[in-house]
Amino acid sequence: MSERKVVLVDGTRIPFLKANTSYKNLRSYDLARLALKGLLDKTQLSPHELQQVIAGTVISNFTTSNVARDALLGAGLPYTIPAFTVTMACISANQAITSGIDLIASGQKDVVIAGGTESLSDVPIRYKKKFRRKLMAAQKFTKPWQFLTFLNLKDWLPEIPRVAEFATNRTMGQDCERTVSRIGVTRREQDEFAIRSHHLAAEATEKGFLSQEITPISVEPKFQLVDKDNGFRKDSSMEKLQKLRPAFVKPHGTITAGNASFLTDGAAFVLLMEEEKARALGYEPKAVVKSYAYTAQSPHDELLLGPAYAIPKVLDQANLTLQDIDVFEIHEAFAGQVLAALKCLDSDTFAKENLGRSQKVGEIPMDKVNTWGGSLSIGHPFGATGSRLVTCAANRLIHENKKFALIASCAAGALGHAMIIENCRG
Amino acid sequence: MSNAESKDVILQKDDGVALLWLDRQGEKVNTLSVKTLDSFSKLLDELEKDPEVKAVVLISKKKDNFIVGADLDVLQTFDKAEDAQKASQDGNDLLTRVSKFPKPFVAAINGTTMGGGLEVALACHYRIVTDHPKTVLALPEVKLGLLPGGGGTQRLPRLIGIQKALGLMLTGRNVYPHKAKKIGLADEIIHPHGLLQAAKNVALKLTKKPHKRKKRMGFMEKALESTPLTKNIIYNTAKKQVMRQTYGNYPAPLKIIDCVKRGMGTNLKSGLQIESKNFGELVVSPESTQLVNLFFAMTDSKKNPQQDKVKKVEKIGMLGAGLMGAGIANISATKDIRVVLKDISMEAANNGFKNISKDIGVKCKKRIYTAFQKDTILSKVFPTDSYKSLRNTDVVIEAVFEDLDLKRKVLAETEAVVRDDCIFASNTSSLPITDIAAEAKHPERVIGMHYFSPVPKMPLLEIITTDKTADWVTATAYDLGVKQGKTVIVVGDGPGFYTTRILAPLMNEAICLLEEGAKIEDIDRNMKLFGYPVGPITLLDEVGLDVAAHVTDVMNDLFSKRGVTGSNVAKQITDAGLKGRKNGKGFYLYPKKKGKKKTINTDIYRFFGGNSRKTFDREEMQLRVALMMVNEAAVCLQDGILKSPRDGDLGAILGLGFPPFRGGPFRYIDTLGASKVVATLESLQEKHGVRFTPAPILQEYAKNNKKFYN
Repeated sequence: MSERKVVLVDGTRIPFLKANTSYKNLRSYDLARLALKGLLDKTQLSPHELQQVIAGTVISNFTTSNVARDALLGAGLPYTIPAFTVTMACISANQAITSGIDLIASGQKDVVIAGGTESLSDVPIRYKKKFRRKLMAAQKFTKPWQFLTFLNLKDWLPEIPRVAEFATNRTMGQDCERTVSRIGVTRREQDEFAIRSHHLAAEATEKGFLSQEITPISVEPKFQLVDKDNGFRKDSSMEKLQKLRPAFVKPHGTITAGNASFLTDGAAFVLLMEEEKARALGYEPKAVVKSYAYTAQSPHDELLLGPAYAIPKVLDQANLTLQDIDVFEIHEAFAGQVLAALKCLDSDTFAKENLGRSQKVGEIPMDKVNTWGGSLSIGHPFGATGSRLVTCAANRLIHENKKFALIASCAAGALGHAMIIENCRG
Repeated sequence: MSNAESKDVILQKDDGVALLWLDRQGEKVNTLSVKTLDSFSKLLDELEKDPEVKAVVLISKKKDNFIVGADLDVLQTFDKAEDAQKASQDGNDLLTRVSKFPKPFVAAINGTTMGGGLEVALACHYRIVTDHPKTVLALPEVKLGLLPGGGGTQRLPRLIGIQKALGLMLTGRNVYPHKAKKIGLADEIIHPHGLLQAAKNVALKLTKKPHKRKKRMGFMEKALESTPLTKNIIYNTAKKQVMRQTYGNYPAPLKIIDCVKRGMGTNLKSGLQIESKNFGELVVSPESTQLVNLFFAMTDSKKNPQQDKVKKVEKIGMLGAGLMGAGIANISATKDIRVVLKDISMEAANNGFKNISKDIGVKCKKRIYTAFQKDTILSKVFPTDSYKSLRNTDVVIEAVFEDLDLKRKVLAETEAVVRDDCIFASNTSSLPITDIAAEAKHPERVIGMHYFSPVPKMPLLEIITTDKTADWVTATAYDLGVKQGKTVIVVGDGPGFYTTRILAPLMNEAICLLEEGAKIEDIDRNMKLFGYPVGPITLLDEVGLDVAAHVTDVMNDLFSKRGVTGSNVAKQITDAGLKGRKNGKGFYLYPKKKGKKKTINTDIYRFFGGNSRKTFDREEMQLRVALMMVNEAAVCLQDGILKSPRDGDLGAILGLGFPPFRGGPFRYIDTLGASKVVATLESLQEKHGVRFTPAPILQEYAKNNKKFYN
């Protein structure tokens, strides 16, 4: 059986914006349809060639629970294209992309669009369980006085949405505090990493590197043109960050609003094809997919250490070592979380105790990591980030004329993901 | 079971319900003709006697129409008002039989239901409509210079109230299912697949208890329609509004008001008689004859003469996202064509996108589109500042500034990126296409597509072909135009092609009149009285004086060869900073505040010999201005710019507002007689010079007593 190679033709995203800014009137459906439209424009793909759309999302909206399908229809794509939505916390888009890779590799599809969308400005807020039960029961009420049960005003208060781990009831920030303390990452290290991220994103924006992956869009109702991310801070400095108070563990924690990723709205997609199909359609693909891996750890102690597990796994699968990789795109949920993962990879103890390896995986040189900014500065729309990482990694490979890029990410539920892609144009 | 004589109406009995299936043989649509009426009448006899039949359902076998109206070919055969009146009376007698039928009669409506079709439905006891996207109800007779002659003017106001009925009949506008239900025109809405069963159910139910319907009227509406005095206010207001819009040039709307007014003052039977009499008079009126001619010409032009050579257009490129560019993008995206909207900057392209979005948004508010449809339409428009996005387009239309060098430049830039089967179309209003294509690598793929502003509203597309334009290119552009909902004419190349070329002398004449001392308001008013929707001076302001100056420049050679020199005053005025509506100052002053009316800019008279103004004879003024256009149209036919008088009439009416009831320049000449037109022109020539020299073709037609239409 001849092996079917899966290539990344191109990818794009709409600018990632802080929640409750210019996208505040849009839903995740809108963000997705605008990003899809942008990808079609960018790749000049004939809609008739497209066979599948897959989207990742985390905070699903009841009205568009299969947002991939609704967005493809809203984007005016042919209704004959099947679509599904996946959810896997912060690696939802990664899961969407690898599902697309599998569909192509197994010969079921030749042309797939995958990515994800997230609006944190449009979080569905609902009543508490007790009150929802009352409302359901009320449908069968026959006597007026039965409605008196609604007089309890406390019932009418909504449930406060909270990004907490279901199994442990801890927020991700609390978990990250536990990890950084355990591994030994200081507040200063975290703040330095955050500043680095902001400065690199500002620089990449200024130099136009990021505009390769961004589709400018026009946002109703004022139709303002949005063509840049708005979360990074060019003027970020140690002096300013040190002033911030801990957000999760008070008063002695180390994680602040300054070294954690912020709530973000955005959507991103990539166009995947079987290599020969891509060439037949006249494309010069950007990258070919080498290998990918998923890992899962204990949600109690290792919630955010995914990359430390997934990176060695994917390297082994691809028969490569850390030294073979020139471009790293590592998701930055928290500065502390990235640094903790990097320290684990560089630790013999961790390798022996947790990975069952005799030696550490190795040290990742910082000049290869997230050199165009990361989730701390560009933002982190949960369901879309994975697609941004893949596109950015491919663009960096081409820009630096290097061979291999590695994408790695952690996710709630103590999940991890890593993927290796190879430059097609090198 | 069935023993109906005609296959146009098929009777099927089903559980005590007689289903009358309308299925006009050999046609895609059901129309009403004398033949259908005859067979229908016999069927009624049969159904009335048949004890098995408890109720009747009238339903169409066609996919997307119930009945689209009366057969217009038949209407055209009536020479005498009495004959048309008789036909209306026969129809009304039959429909009265339906309305008084002893068994319940249900109209099951799916698809287009127009004119006579709606009147048949109005005579039924119950109307159930589907929510199919093609289901629309209307009484559009007024657009043909007619009135609803099948009881519409009587039954509609009795069903939904006078004000709503007048509104529908005077505009001929479409009523969509939900609105129909809301105003009481339809009794029930159902999905298309459930129509038959629902109609049968309701028909049987009505055998037990007749349908009671509440009049769905607002409080004020009800109050106004409750006393004779207030009713008179309604009629007078309607009449005033009609006069304001038509200057009394169209008899039909006035007769519709008359029918309703007199009919509502008496019983249904006498009302129907009044209606039939008025209908007869309108059928033979010259206004209606011309409007029906126009309708046929428009229908005829929907057929692409070279349909077999059409290449599929799925994606177009639009260069320039201004008013024109955005308009063309708008009408394309709404017809499922993807559009790359390119301008020099992302801001400019985005601004065009914004305008499209706003227009679609307004249509959403009017419930023409849903919010989701709006998303899908806007998803088809790709604003950009890069030529790269044009890579996969099938047609690129340019709407950049009217400058030959610029147009050649964008053509070259486009040719560099597009596929080699991509058409380049120029939306110029005056520059010859041959000149634009002079340096093209592929002149065979260059064509003119002249749209009119505002694009979504103006119905005409003028396609201009050069000697080199390939047939498939013309055929494809034609197809695109029809898909965009335009009436298309194909004309030859030259300065101003057809429409701009015949407009220029008319505008020039208006300026001549100003120079001779006429008043701005007199010229505009007199030409509106003649039947133009907008006066020529107002039009100059709308078009822009800078544009007018440019057009004069482009056309200059053409006319000076014939010894006619156009006025260059437009240039002087532009140089003085007056550009018309676009900068708020022209022949009129346009206040910035909304709702304030424009006023005459008397200061502009300094370009026309000062402030002392005089009054001209109205008819002479009208003839001078109108005949300039008519005569030039004849020259265009003679020069081969026009391929047929039909195209000439369509172009003048739909593109330039030539009075529709006069049928267009060529129909107008035929009506007056070529010899009379020539005589008038000659006498004007004596007074005002060579610009009035009758076209040789007119002189020939006059001599041989020929007509443009037979």
